[in-house]
Parts: sequence; structure tokens; C-alpha cells
Amino acid sequence: MLIEDEPNIAEAIRFLLNRDGWQVTTLGDGGVAEAEVRARRPDLVILDLMLPGRSGLEILQALRADPATAALPVMMLTAKGQGRDREAAERAGANLFMAKPFSNTEFVAAARSLLGTG
Amino acid sequence: MPFNLLVLACLTYVIFLFLVAFMAERRAEHGRARWLRSPVVYTLSLSIYCTAWTFYGAVGYAARSGLEYLTIYLGPTLVFVGWWWILRKLVRIGRAERVTSIADMISSRYGKSNALGVIVTMICVVAATPYIALQLQSVTLSFGVFAQPGTYAWMIPDTNSTALWVAGGLALFTILFGTRNLDANEQHTGVVAAIAVEAVVKLVALITVGIFVVWFVADGPSDIASRINASAIADWDLLPSRWAGLTFLSAAAVITLPRMFQVLVVENSDERFLGTASWAFPLYLLAMSLFVVPIAVVGLGLLPVGANPDLFVLTVPLSQGQGGLAMLAFLGGFSSATSMVIVASIALATMVSNHIVMPLWLHLRPAKAVSGDVRRLVLMSRRFSIAAVLGLGYLYFALSGGSAALAAIGLISFVGVAQMLPAMLGGIFWRGATRIGAAAGLLIGFVVWAYTLFLPSFGPGAILPLDMFLNGPFGIGWLRPRALFGVEGMDPLIHALFWSLSFNTAAFTIGSLLSFPTPIERAQGLAFVYVFDTERAELRGWGDGLAEPESLLIMAQRILGDEPALTFFEEQARAQGKAGYLPDPSPAFLAALERQLAGSVGAAAAHAMISELAGRARVTVDDLMRVADETAQIMEYSSQLESQRAELERTARQLREVNEKLTQLSVQKDAFLSQISHELRTPMTSIRAFSEIMMEGGMPEGMSEKYAGIIHEEAIRLTRLLDDLLDLSVLENGTVQLDLKLANLSELLDRSLRAAAQTRPEREFLIHRDLPAEAIFLRTDPDRLTQVFINLISNSRKYCDATRPELRIAVRQRGGRVLVDFIDNGSGIPKDKQALIFEKFARLTDQTRAGGAGLGLAICREVMANLGGTITYLPGQGGAAFRVSMPLRLEKPPLAEAA
Amino acid sequence: MRPRGPVFLARRSYRQRRMRDAARLLPVAGAFLFLLPILWAPAETEARDTAIDGAYLFVVWFVLIVTAALMARGLGRQEQETGAETEGRG
Repeated sequence: MLIEDEPNIAEAIRFLLNRDGWQVTTLGDGGVAEAEVRARRPDLVILDLMLPGRSGLEILQALRADPATAALPVMMLTAKGQGRDREAAERAGANLFMAKPFSNTEFVAAARSLLGTG
Repeated sequence: MPFNLLVLACLTYVIFLFLVAFMAERRAEHGRARWLRSPVVYTLSLSIYCTAWTFYGAVGYAARSGLEYLTIYLGPTLVFVGWWWILRKLVRIGRAERVTSIADMISSRYGKSNALGVIVTMICVVAATPYIALQLQSVTLSFGVFAQPGTYAWMIPDTNSTALWVAGGLALFTILFGTRNLDANEQHTGVVAAIAVEAVVKLVALITVGIFVVWFVADGPSDIASRINASAIADWDLLPSRWAGLTFLSAAAVITLPRMFQVLVVENSDERFLGTASWAFPLYLLAMSLFVVPIAVVGLGLLPVGANPDLFVLTVPLSQGQGGLAMLAFLGGFSSATSMVIVASIALATMVSNHIVMPLWLHLRPAKAVSGDVRRLVLMSRRFSIAAVLGLGYLYFALSGGSAALAAIGLISFVGVAQMLPAMLGGIFWRGATRIGAAAGLLIGFVVWAYTLFLPSFGPGAILPLDMFLNGPFGIGWLRPRALFGVEGMDPLIHALFWSLSFNTAAFTIGSLLSFPTPIERAQGLAFVYVFDTERAELRGWGDGLAEPESLLIMAQRILGDEPALTFFEEQARAQGKAGYLPDPSPAFLAALERQLAGSVGAAAAHAMISELAGRARVTVDDLMRVADETAQIMEYSSQLESQRAELERTARQLREVNEKLTQLSVQKDAFLSQISHELRTPMTSIRAFSEIMMEGGMPEGMSEKYAGIIHEEAIRLTRLLDDLLDLSVLENGTVQLDLKLANLSELLDRSLRAAAQTRPEREFLIHRDLPAEAIFLRTDPDRLTQVFINLISNSRKYCDATRPELRIAVRQRGGRVLVDFIDNGSGIPKDKQALIFEKFARLTDQTRAGGAGLGLAICREVMANLGGTITYLPGQGGAAFRVSMPLRLEKPPLAEAA
Repeated sequence: MRPRGPVFLARRSYRQRRMRDAARLLPVAGAFLFLLPILWAPAETEARDTAIDGAYLFVVWFVLIVTAALMARGLGRQEQETGAETEGRG
């Protein structure tokens, strides 16, 4: 599942992962993200840090606090790329942190590594 | 000497004076009048103390009473060498409170009471009118000396018509140069320059005659000394009471004479001049009196017994065949008379206009209290007053027929104005002095003076019946005007001086001790007595927020004129840190404005006007006659307490606001780089991802076009962001080039609305406009201004959250500025964010991502600063509301200039 | 009301204060000297000494003026140094 509010970025990621054989659900709003994750139970959540409605960090903390989703692999995306954001994401329990802009191959490789399929 | 030559010389001299005054005003307007405002000119202008009465009369006085004439100069000398005591304080108060006359000063000190102003004005007019008549008489008499009967019989001037011509000419001069400006701070440069010239002429004339007498008629100083001791002058008796009394009297008069107060305090342009005048003016007096006794002695010896000693200055040179010298002496006397009349009539007219005519006019037309062009009205009223004062002087002269009684009027007038001494000195040295005390003292002093000195001076039977002199009114012996309480044998003048000032001082002191001062009186007392304590808080007693700055500005413009008022408001706004906007009606601002207005219309009227607009105590025009009546005082007092508390709260609130803003700004500054980074990385992410995808190739049909389109779109977004950043940095550095031209505001708004319609074009927006008000031609940079308008309209289209969004565009003109308000019907901007919206990247919430990087309003703010205007958020308009304010005519780009 | 200065004054400001005292005393001294002729009462002496009396008054007068001029210079300089505010836009 991809939670990203910039439509063009979402479009790019969806294309990359589709081509790699993934099924991608895209969400543009942070507010409903947590509920959607519970409902759909995705294999991997790709979460943008800055989202309308609710920030990526808050969503992540909520997911980690719930035992049902505590082990769910989560990849954080951010456009700020500052050390502070990375730390915050790791503290909140992100499995992987990726700064925008990213290389397509790196991105796909990272997604695969999180599922242990790479 | 032919009489018409004399008239010609006289006219030439008058034209010369007009030119001097005219040139001085011209130079002052161009700011090149530094030398006109020098200690020397200031000292010379003080010489109006020496009127024709001293120029001609001193010699006569010396011929009759020996050295006693010196007391008239010794008193002022003591006051001036003792300037550190009184004069320094008077001048400081006069400048701090922008005093326009002695009546204004006393009225202002005692709680801006107009009643006191009226009393003082009345005393001054009554005391000065005969004095003005005396000047007219001296000119007429001196004309008469030249027109010798027999030789030029057909030219003997009709005394009345000479005086009429002189009075008319003086009125013309005084009105021309005395009422050019309204504000007392813009002093009468032309008049002062002319007076300084006249001061030199009279000094030179008298000294030249003196030198002629001592070294050409007599054989030098030692000969003069022996002639003095041989003459009748040596028989004079020094009367201790007169000697001390007259010294005291002249000392009192030099600070209380309205004309002296005018040049000493009102026309003072720099306090430091007083230091120079402290010795230079006594020196002038010394020079003026040095040759008085020699001229008197020689005159007594040369001229036949019975010759009028008052005219020795003219007749001694004439008897020696020195026509030219006599002409010089004549011009000296003419100068003495005219300069006194000019300044006295300006001073009196200011008082009459501010304390009688204006209040009356406002009283009679209450509905239009502060409407209409008050400025013109004040000027008209002053001109009218000048004409009236001079008319009174002429009338007095014509009616008294130039009687010998006029000769004594100098000292009588001195005693009259000396009645203001207790109220004045008490006012500046004693905090406990009250309005009641001052009024009581002034009135009693005035009555006693009139009864014991002024009315009797017309002679027994003229006004007071003879019987009253002998037996007292109604046969009450102890009330005889020349022997109050049976004190007989006193010199009449000293008798009147003693009793009037004794009663005056006693009434003043007792009245002050027994009465209770109003709050305004106490505040003013504090301001006057402790004028040198600069720490003094602004205890003026204006609460805040009650007066609309707009209405204050309108009123100030009417009184001070458009430009000076606007300049003053801008200065005040800058002082409050609100440059380019109207100042808050803070107590300090109201007090400053009141002082500014007081310079034009007097303290009481200014106070009443501001009271009315400040909504305080509902002071109606009716109250102008007695500004602070009982209810007003109570409200004043309680609101003073309230305003102090409010002041504290306001300061605390302002501190809190500033603190919050600083904290948020520092967070923002940290966030700035991270924001830039974010805003740049977002479009770059898409561009990179899609370009990599496309580089790999093997795209399905149609997809590559789509992705190229996305890349293009994101590249444009990136460019726009960089443009904005660049724009902002250019604007902030003030290196922007403005393209100034005339533009129709309505067309600019049309253009802006069309351009902004591209933002969220799906939304139906109802736009309210006021087309007639928009029909304004602005001189500005139209493209930049449109940029601001588009931004505001787009913002509204983006963020207005009403279901049926509406936008109202209101246009108003105020002063030389145009205000354009953009008000929508959305939920507006929360209070805690209002202070921040104009900062960079201050997009309110991260949720609202309607494109743009949060630089729009920051750019608008910078653009407006470059256009000499402002953009502000208007709270409480029922939606988001922005006010754009700019000058109607931007002359030169204020910021670009610096680049 | 006036803020009190420090107890130990610099020599200069001590001088300045005394100068102001002198400026205040000057008219008192002047008044005394001008009123002095009352004491010797020219009226009662038979000598015809009006010229001398006049000379006396003019000399006192002149001395007063010179003293005032010297003091005004001193006082004016102080006022500038202490930055006594001369506000206004003359």
C-alpha cells in the first residue's frame, strides 16, 4: 500500500512497483490511512512523511502501537532529507527510510528487501 | 525740511520693511533662513520693549525726573541676567506646550480653562489699547514737528488722518506677515526680520543723536557731566518707593507684556538663544539709555523754556540745522512705534481669536463643530482680530484726542499687565496653584488696577466723578481711588501697584489653598512645574482606542493643512513602529496631537476638539467655554486610572505578542532550509522517477507522452518556485526596478480577476465590486500591483471555505492614500496565525496543498513595501480580509532608491 | 521629584552646579546694587551729584552684563554637554 499525496510521485511509484509485479493501492490522505491499512492488511506500507490529515510519523506510531500491525514492514519517504527526520522515522519504527528524489532501481530493491524477496 | 520729502522717506522706509519681511519669508520657505534664526536676531526682536514711549519719552522723563527713567531698563536687566530662574523655564514650557500667547499659557496651565484665557485676553486688550494709541500719537506728533506752521501751512497734517494712515498701513503689514502661517511653531520669520531691522535703526538713530549732542554740541563727556550737575535735572529727588517699585514693575512687565511674551517665548526658535539674550538684551537697553540724560540736558539748555522735552530727540538736531540727523531720529522713532504696534497686535489678535472669537463661533454653530475648513476660519478670525485691535487703538487715540494723559499710559499699562504675574509665576513654580485662585487673583487685581489707576488716569470727572476722588464712592472715605483704606500720600502709581498686586496675590494664594484642582489642572501643573524633569510620564490623561485615527487625521488636516497633518501622523506612526499606516490613538499620540493643534487654535479649543473625537466625556461645543466641568472631571479622573491600567495590560500584551512572534520566527528560520529542500525535492522526485522510466524504454503506447507531460508539468512547478524565490530576494534587497506609470485601478482589478480565475476554475465565485470608487488613477507600478491583487484573489479562491464563496473588493481614499480591501466570506485566518501569514513559507496548515510554496503573501508584502504601501490582515471582518494601502501618487520608489 | 545624583561628584559637574548657583544669584546681587542709591538718598544731600550717580548705575549695569555674558557661555556649554534636549523643529 502506498500512502503519498503528490499524485505524480504516486503515479511513478505505482508504475515502478506494478512493473516489478506488485499490486499497489494508493491513498492520498493521511486521515484515513490507518483504517485502510487495518482493512486491507498490505504486505508493505510505503508512507510519506508529510501528508494532509495526519502526518506519516503519527500513522507509523499508531501502527506500531497496535500488536496486529506492529510487525508490518514500513518504508518512509521524505522530501526533506534531513538527519532529524530520519532519526524520528527510525525511532517511530520505520524499517527503512528513503529520501526523495530516489533512484528507481534502488527504490524497487529496497521494497523487495523489506519483504525478504530480494 | 519739506514735509513731502518726509512722507517720501517714510514711505520708502515702509516699502523697505515690506521687502525685508518678504525676503525673510521667502528664504525661510526655502530653508535658507539660518541666519534669520540666530541669537542676534532674537535679541534684536526683544527690543520691541523699547517703544516710541522710550525712544522719545525717556528723554522727556529724564528732563522731568532725572535718573528715574533708568528703572524702566534696570528691571528687565535683572530679569534677563537672572534668566536661569524664570525665562529659561518660561521658554521651555512655551516650546513643550506649544504656547501661542500669554493667555494660552495661563489657560493651559490651569486645566486648559478658557475662562482664564478670556480674563487674561481682556486684561491685555484693555491695558494695551491705550499703549497702541500712544504709539500712533508719537508718530503723529513727530510728523507735526517737521511741519512747521507758517512755512508749509497747507501741509500741516490733520493729526487724525495721519494716525489713520499709520494704523491702516500697520494693519496691512501685520495681516500680510502675521497671519501667513497658522501654527505657532512656524513662527513669523518675516515680522521678526523686519523688527530686527527696526531695532537696529532705532538704536543707531538714538546713538547718533547722542554722539552729536555730546561731541558736537557739547565738548565731550566731562562737559556733559558738568552741564548735568548745573541743570535742573540735578534737582531730582530719588523717591525710594518709586525707585524700587518701578524697577520691580518693569521687571514684571518685561515677562507679562503680551508683545514681550510673543517675541520672548512664542517666536523663540532655539532655547540656547536665551543665553545670548541674557546679556545682549541688557546691553541693548544700556546703549539705548546711555545718551538719554545728555540729550535731555542739552535740550533743556538749547531750546526755549516750554519746549516739549518728549520731542528733544527731534528738536535738538533740527534747532542745529541738522535735517538729515533729525530725519534719522524720526525714522528711529517711527521704527519704535511701528514694531511695537505690529507685535502687540499679533499677540493680542492671537489671544482674541483663540480665546474669544473661535469659541464664540464654535458656540454659535454647534452642529458644525469641527466640520468645514477650520484652518481658513482661524486665519480669518486672526485677521479680523488684528484689524479690530488696531481699530481700537485708533479709536482710543481719536477719542482721547491725543491728550497729555496718554503720556502716562506706559506705566499704567505696565501695572495692568503685571496683574498676570502671580498667576504666571505661581503657575510655573507652585504645583498647588489652581484655576480658582488664578481667576480670583486676576479679576481682583484687574478691578483694583482699573479703579485706582486706569479710570482715574482720564482725569477727575472724565469717567469717575470728581466727588469720588475727594470723598470716595457713596461717601465712603476709605474707598477713595487714590487712597484705599485711608493710605494717603502715596505716589498714585505705586499706590495702585501696591494694592492691586497685594490683593491679587492674596486672592490667588488663598483661592488656590482653599480650592481643589481638577485632574487636568493637576496634570498640567505637574507638566509646567517639573518641565525640566524629562522622565515625566505622559500624564495627559487620554485613554486609548476611543478615537478613530481616521477622524483624527481628518480633523488635523482641516486645522493644520493636508501635508503638515499627514507628515505629523506619519512621524507618529513611525514612532509607534507602524510606518506607512495610521498611528494607534495611544495616550501619547493623542497628547502630542493635542499639543500640535494647540499651536493653531489654543489649548482649550484643541482639548475640546480631541475630547469630542476621543469620545471622552461627550464634550460638546457648549463646553468649550468651560472645558472641564464637574462631570467631565470625574470621568476624566476615573478614565485616567483606567487608562493607566489599560496601558500596563497593553504593554504586557504587546510583549507577549512580540515574544510569540520571535519564537515562531526562529522555528521558521530553522525550518526555512528544510522547507526549501522539501519544495525543491518534491517535483524533482517525479521528474527523476519518470525520466528514469522513460530512459529504460519499452513503454506502452501513449504512456511516454503522459509521463513526458508530467515531467514538463513538474519542471514548470520547479521553475515557478525558483522564480518566486528569486523575486522575493530581489524585492527584499530593494534592487527591484519599478516601472511607474498612471494606471486605472478598476482596470487593474479587472485584469487581476481574469488572471486569478485560472485558480480552481471550477469554483463559482461571487465578486462584489464598487466600480465608482474604483475609478481612480494611480501612479504606481501596475504590473507589480496586479501581482499582489492576483495573489490575494487566488488565495481567496483557494482557501475560502464557504459553500457559496463570495469576495468583496472595497476601495477607499484616505489622505493621499488608496486602500483596497479584499474580504471573503470564509472562516478567515485564526488569530494565532494572523501575525505569521506574511512570513516566508507560512502556509497555514500542511494540509492545504493547493500548489504554491507559501511564498505568495511574503512576496505581496515585499511588493507593497517597494510600492510605498502596506498589506495587512484585517481581523474581524467575518472572513479572510486583506487591506492593501498605497500612495495615490508614488513619486519615487522608496526602496529602489537605496539600491 | 528630581533624581538625585551620586554623592561623590566629579569635579566638573560640581563646578557646573556652582555655576548654576551663581547664575541664580546674579540678579539678586544686581538688584542689591541697583537699589543701593536709595540708601545714600541723593535727595537729601546738597551736593549736585547726579552725574556721579548715573555713572555708578551705568558701571554696575555694565559689570552685570559682562558677568552674565561670561556665565551664559559657561552655562550654554554645559547644556550642550549634558545633552539637555532642545527638541522641536525650529
